[in-house]
Amino acid sequence: MGWAIAVHGGAGDIPLSLPPEKRLPREAGLRRCLDVGIAALKAHNHPLDVVELVRELENNPHFNAGKGSVLTTSGTVEMEACIMDGKTMKCGAVSGVSTVVNAISLARLVMDKTPHIYLAFDGAEAFAREQGLETVEMSHFITPENIERLKQAQEADRVQLDYTQPIQKEVPKDAALADGDSQIGTVGCVAVDNEGNLATATSTGGIVNKMVGRIGDTPIIGAGTYANHLCAVSATGRGEAIIRGTIARDVAAVMEFKGLSLKEAAAYVIDQVPRGNAGLVAVSSTGEVAMPFNTTGMFRACATEDGYSEIAIWDSPTK
Amino acid sequence: MGAWAIAVHGGAGVDPNLPKERQDEAKRLLTRCLDIGISALRSNVPAIDVVELVVRELETDPLFNSGRGSALTEKGTVEMEASIMDGPKRRCGAVSGLTTVKNPISLARLVMEKSPHSYLTTPGAEEFAKKQGVEMVDNDYFITEDNVGMLKLAKEANSILFDYRIPTVGTCGAAVDSHLQMNGLPISVYAPETVGCVVVDKEGRCAAGTSTGGLMNKMSGRIGDSPIIGAGTYACELCGVSCTGEGEAIIRSTLARDVAAVMEYKGLNLHEAVDYVIKNRLDEGKAGLIAVSKNGEVACGFNTTGMFRGCATEGGFMEVGVW
Repeated sequence: MGWAIAVHGGAGDIPLSLPPEKRLPREAGLRRCLDVGIAALKAHNHPLDVVELVRELENNPHFNAGKGSVLTTSGTVEMEACIMDGKTMKCGAVSGVSTVVNAISLARLVMDKTPHIYLAFDGAEAFAREQGLETVEMSHFITPENIERLKQAQEADRVQLDYTQPIQKEVPKDAALADGDSQIGTVGCVAVDNEGNLATATSTGGIVNKMVGRIGDTPIIGAGTYANHLCAVSATGRGEAIIRGTIARDVAAVMEFKGLSLKEAAAYVIDQVPRGNAGLVAVSSTGEVAMPFNTTGMFRACATEDGYSEIAIWDSPTK
Repeated sequence: MGAWAIAVHGGAGVDPNLPKERQDEAKRLLTRCLDIGISALRSNVPAIDVVELVVRELETDPLFNSGRGSALTEKGTVEMEASIMDGPKRRCGAVSGLTTVKNPISLARLVMEKSPHSYLTTPGAEEFAKKQGVEMVDNDYFITEDNVGMLKLAKEANSILFDYRIPTVGTCGAAVDSHLQMNGLPISVYAPETVGCVVVDKEGRCAAGTSTGGLMNKMSGRIGDSPIIGAGTYACELCGVSCTGEGEAIIRSTLARDVAAVMEYKGLNLHEAVDYVIKNRLDEGKAGLIAVSKNGEVACGFNTTGMFRGCATEGGFMEVGVW
């Protein structure tokens, strides 16, 4: 037993040649979020408060959440986020958020202050204002890099826009800038305190050039986000594959019904997903951590009470 | 070769004081929908098509809470949601926040087959609908007098229940004969009546679909379990599941996925899985579900007072019930 925390900044085709000026700020961002989370755990904060610190990554323009979110096909930002408490199974989710500085905090308010779990678009925005959350112009979230990524994606027409043709749901390559710097995935944080209470939070801008109104795995309880008394999970990668694979839920289900450990269960679930599509971070009630991925890389970091800590991007998958 | 099986539902959580005529009306509709599905299955129509066909029928009939006859938001409008899933490759499609699309389940199917995504919500969903040329109508089309009346009652009930979590046993006198509650509303007003259909065809392919107007008096923009894959709807190689009841409870218990997970990881058969999930996954939540397995079995389970349902198997079994 002991506390543990893991954060991720997205899994995807992160090129090994990623230049330092792109790599270092992200590692620094992960380190900062981790440190803030560790301090909160040491101060015996509730795990929900700890995972809500994913706000740090939302505010960091180098990650695809909050500021720095990728753009829809209309050049707008539609953010989604989700939070879940493993002990009570209470959860909150939002989608289509365009003016709220921290979508994860809005998701938390949905969980805490409404009889509902999930609010989207106008309903979510109206609720945010009612609750007095900080809102800004949408332009606050848009970065020049993402404008460029959208442009390239549209030129490449990776996401098929001709809806009259049937498609195999050919998933688009992560739209990357010419130097290979893609804004992939999502951000997430999972934490367990030293009493075994678990929580998870995930936040994202979605995928580049997505259709307006497209919802990914992040706000779907059981897909991108899930926590119960056994573990807390936050997933990242191809939303459509994560939804179909009910990834986050399956990690807990496999632990419970097949008796696997957290690491085994997490690896098992990721293995079931087609290569190149997913990664996740997870912690168990006994303080274990797992961060498997079947993509080229996953921005991630973790720490446990016994002093172990790690920040990584590539390295062997299914860790 | 396997045998086909089909089940339909019109909502879990039935007012014990529901007038007999209304119960009979519901049973007639369920029977009609079953017959449509059975006829299609006998003509070798694939499971996914049967699901869509049957749910469309349920949406078009104003009796249950989907399509026409949907529950109303706090603003008095209709916002519909639906999802569909095809077992073999676990393809899925979901939509929500629909206000002008006549058959949400068909739009969900189009999202699955004609878009690069799995889930679209308003406003994107309606734009997509226009581009696809699906039938669109005014929001008024979906609104029935019955539901306008129910919304009024729901608002009155809520104004007495300041905190929806506080039980009103013995305290609320708002024309409530039964003290049963779901989602904080007296059962006489709540009437979830989400609709759904699960099918396994002769090839052993499972499919599931769910459609609803959602919770009466919900906040605009509130999304329930019906469009959430793994919560209200799920299908895989092993089975197809559609759930109904308290949306939030179904989401947090990932009810539909859990039926399949328990079969897959615990080796339970369909009936055992349904029983297990209803008994162990809902805590204080109230819900019901229908399910079919690739082996041609059909099962339903609910911990509510009643669930409008019907099921039939190729072997000749057929049943329509409320309690």
